[in-house]
Amino acid sequence: MTGRIVAGLEGVAKAFGGLRAVDGVSLDIPAGEVVGIIGPNGAGKTVLINLITGFYHASDGQITIADHNVTQWTLHQIGRLGVARTFQNIRLFRRLSVLENVMVANPAFTAHPLRGLLALSPRRQGRDEAMDLLALFGLADRADQSAGELAYGDARRLEIARALATRPRLLLLDEPAAGMNDRETEALVDDIRKVKPRLEAIALIEHDMSLIRALADRVVAMNYGRIIAEGATGTVLSHPKVVEAYLGQEES
Amino acid sequence: MIANLLSTENIVFTGVNILLAWSVYLTLMTGTLSFAMAAFMGIGAYVSGILTAKFGWPLVPAALVGTLACLAGGILVGFPALRVRGLYLMLVTTGVTLVVKVAIENIEYVGGVGGMGGLRGTTPELVLASVVVIGGALWLLSRTPLQRIMDAAREDENVAASLGINIVFIRVAGFAAGAALAGYAGALYGHYIIFIAPEQFDILYSVFIALYVVLGGVNNLWGPVLGAVVITMLPEVVREFGVMSSGFRSARQLIFAGALVLLLLVRPAGILAFRRLSIRAGRGRVPVGST
Ligand SMILES: Nc1ncnc2c1ncn2[C@@H]1O[C@H](COP(=O)(O)OP(=O)(O)OP(=O)(O)O)[C@@H](O)[C@H]1O
Ligand SMILES: [Mg+2]
Repeated sequence: MTGRIVAGLEGVAKAFGGLRAVDGVSLDIPAGEVVGIIGPNGAGKTVLINLITGFYHASDGQITIADHNVTQWTLHQIGRLGVARTFQNIRLFRRLSVLENVMVANPAFTAHPLRGLLALSPRRQGRDEAMDLLALFGLADRADQSAGELAYGDARRLEIARALATRPRLLLLDEPAAGMNDRETEALVDDIRKVKPRLEAIALIEHDMSLIRALADRVVAMNYGRIIAEGATGTVLSHPKVVEAYLGQEES
Repeated sequence: MIANLLSTENIVFTGVNILLAWSVYLTLMTGTLSFAMAAFMGIGAYVSGILTAKFGWPLVPAALVGTLACLAGGILVGFPALRVRGLYLMLVTTGVTLVVKVAIENIEYVGGVGGMGGLRGTTPELVLASVVVIGGALWLLSRTPLQRIMDAAREDENVAASLGINIVFIRVAGFAAGAALAGYAGALYGHYIIFIAPEQFDILYSVFIALYVVLGGVNNLWGPVLGAVVITMLPEVVREFGVMSSGFRSARQLIFAGALVLLLLVRPAGILAFRRLSIRAGRGRVPVGST
């Protein structure tokens, strides 16, 4: 752990009309850490990820990634800086094959598309690296299938493989275990541990607390767009405000 | 009968229309259905025509200059035009065709509304060779990472952008490449019919070209070829077999109406039903054929 900050948010806010979905969030994601982000439905977790990755632009505050102020950067600029993500509602390229979904993320070609014109052999197109990633996630034998045909758990893992193919410094996972059974969730924990050394940091949104306990070095709890508790995993999970936020959700 | 179908005129027109269909295909690959092809055809024909008819250039270099002019024009128009999407983009590209036509009508140097003559040099051999070379290039393209990037960007442009792909660049590149190809086809066309006039590069031609692609489908580069061949040849076939005596124009109209109905029946998914697999998983072996 170096203590270096991979991503830093300062008073970041995002309003949709009158709704402040993210309301003044300040947060550092240090190198070497897995930061868990929890909170009841509608707390603003996904919006936060959308702000860091450039899907939304902050109405207020500043986002710094690898010492660049990226607050107003476009999607592809932030992507090239080394931020990759998965989606709560899986967004694969369904018409491409499983293998193609990973190959398309190869930074050698995403950053210089015309260079792709000269890469005619699958080997030069990075097929072998892509197959390695698929193998890591147990998807190698589905490589030629179209991504739209994948089962839920496979699709989630393919999204992680695609994100890793961009060789990111920061990986943001939005409920990677959603829809997975216990066995798949356990396998996912192993997979994320395996890929952790390839990354500077991971932010992990999850409702499944077993996953948070297994992976997070530190947890940030949100409600109504704000951070309500932050710190060591055990402390945050038993924090009265956090317990109350989740109880409130169950009652409504 | 068959001999008539393979007349010089049919070969040239079919070949030119295949090139035009591919120009729409290229543009559509990056998510833009363009009705600007007649405009770029016109620019290609006029620029190359000036060079051959007024300056005595040979056809091929003149055609290439016409192609480059359209590439530049495509980039120039592409940047502002591709900010809008869907129906608006169709309107904008339609506008391009209208504006270019009016512009040519007002340039006295190239004869204005009256047109310009003396364009010669397109042979069936040149057209066929062009179709083979450009078809080969498109086939190679379909096996490159660039093709995969375009497919991904078309399916979900925000996710593609998030992977680091500059969507604006991809869309402008596709638009400009399509424009260049239409310009080249226009040069070949102009130098076959000898005399060109603005009315030949009308918006209707843009619609016809788009229809080749709509009819043939865009799953791979053969779909547009099929569409172009069928629509170009059918009026001839119909005439050959005497079904239709009232001539070329009404036959065309009937066929277009029929083609549209057929399209809606057979291909309700329409023009955006892409599917191909360029790379397979097997390691160490050269992948065979795409779907
Ligand atoms: N594009 C949008 N337009 C308007 N409101 C939005 C938009 N995106 C999110 N919201 C609202 O912002 C709030 C926070 O949503 P967000 O998706 O971040 O919640 P979340 O914490 O990810 O919840 P969940 O656990 O259910 O995924 C919600 O009230 C949501 O309805
Ligand atoms: Mg969410």
